[in-house]
Amino acid sequence: MNVNDIMSKPGCWLGEAGPLSDIVISSRIRLARNVAGYPFLSRATHSQRNDLAKFLRERLEGSRFQSGFTYLDVDELDELSCQVLVERHLVSRQLVEAKGARGVSVSDAQNTVVMVNEEDHLRMHVVGPGMQLDELWTVVNELDDSIESEVDYAFHPRYGYLTACPTNVGSGIRVSVMLHLPALKLTGEIERVLRAAKDMNLAVRGLFGEGTEATGDFFQVSNQVTLGRAEKEIVSEFRSTIVPRIVEYERMARQALLDEKSRALDDRIFRSYGTLRHARTISSEETLLHLSHLRLGVHIGRIKDVPVTVLNELFLETQPAHLQKMHGGGKLTGEQRSAARADLTRQKLGNA
Amino acid sequence: MHPSCQLCHEQPATVHLTNILDGGEKRERHLCDACAEKEGVLPKPVNVMAQLSAFVETSKGSAQQVAGLTCPQCKLSFVEFRNKGVLGCPGDYDAFAKALVPLIERAHQGASHHVGKTPRRLGVARSTDGDLIRLRRELTRAVDDERFEDAAQLRDTIRSLETT
Ligand SMILES: [Zn+2]
Ligand SMILES: [Zn+2]
Repeated sequence: MNVNDIMSKPGCWLGEAGPLSDIVISSRIRLARNVAGYPFLSRATHSQRNDLAKFLRERLEGSRFQSGFTYLDVDELDELSCQVLVERHLVSRQLVEAKGARGVSVSDAQNTVVMVNEEDHLRMHVVGPGMQLDELWTVVNELDDSIESEVDYAFHPRYGYLTACPTNVGSGIRVSVMLHLPALKLTGEIERVLRAAKDMNLAVRGLFGEGTEATGDFFQVSNQVTLGRAEKEIVSEFRSTIVPRIVEYERMARQALLDEKSRALDDRIFRSYGTLRHARTISSEETLLHLSHLRLGVHIGRIKDVPVTVLNELFLETQPAHLQKMHGGGKLTGEQRSAARADLTRQKLGNA
Repeated sequence: MHPSCQLCHEQPATVHLTNILDGGEKRERHLCDACAEKEGVLPKPVNVMAQLSAFVETSKGSAQQVAGLTCPQCKLSFVEFRNKGVLGCPGDYDAFAKALVPLIERAHQGASHHVGKTPRRLGVARSTDGDLIRLRRELTRAVDDERFEDAAQLRDTIRSLETT
């Protein structure tokens, strides 16, 4: 499997529908681990870094758990392929932008990923559509066990799993959900959610995680505290409190819009539909905005002839690197990309 | 003067909702927290903690004391860590313990001990470690459940194990 094969599949988190998927786009759990006896990457020498990458690659490829995985040597990938991996949320920008020996092991279904030599020696994550954190915890916990049977982790009896940044120390876990909250955004109630999240020590980020602002209608909510709380406790708080409350709040905002402002709401949804079906050139930002409205329209039953899977494909494929790859991998100017993007959305929605 | 809640007419209104009606007309609702919660329009925070200040930030007092700290293994100085925000090696957690613990506690809602998963092979390293981890987990649970007597007992047991 190479990056082209990866691109030819829909990718797990945007594939089929999961629980609460009218609002919860995807769930994700990540664990950070380091190998005992090595410095963290900021202090690792060139040869230590190479040793780590080689050692971890061998362990990952030899592990039973990893059958059906492909290891990609990021140092050998071209820039466009790296960008595709970032756009698919398979790797972080940080991994791509780092220098030296580093890599990523991706499962065939693209729902399990192990990054090697990112900020920590190992960053593993599992992702699934909709709300399914309990299931993901089981999977990532087993993955961690299987790697641990081959690798001595840096672990401290007091501080737990040791990480390069002390903000991740302890369990090294980050539980996150990607939420679509267009109605809270439209009614201005989103500010309240953001404030409540902050009070609960949760981080709220944009579509692309770390370092991206929560500007559109998509919000990634994740825990920040990793010490002094068991993994299952964090997962259960997301499952029983955090996610249901935000989902309920968004549903109420949707209902309020339907009850009290249905014409204005329909206007927005159908203008977006019209734009995506007829535009001849469109930016990725504008596309995302209209796709968000269209998604809302589908989930509140206003638009019945567009399957969510088509919207999910468009989310992925209208991003710059994906467009460029689909056009043979040659460099496209911004103008050419906007034209290609409009052609793609017209074609996909016309056939829908 | 704050307007009072439109439902109970008693408490000051702290929740302000704006619904946009057909034709763009706005309708505003002003409720108190209690009524807003009853109406189900308010996501209730689980535990309200003061907002954390930025993680790598000068902590007062100990600055001089920690300035000279250097890890004997990777040679990273605490000052360098402060500037970059990432540690140099696992040994730094012990080498910088004094300076690091307040920072760790601030980043993790006051916690300074791991609770949760441990590597399976660790069990053989030191027999009391496993007990400590289990006891700390129970302590967390006791505090969460507001069983403070149990919590006090657990805390004593943990202290006695820690000093052995
Ligand atoms: Zn009231
Ligand atoms: Zn060190």
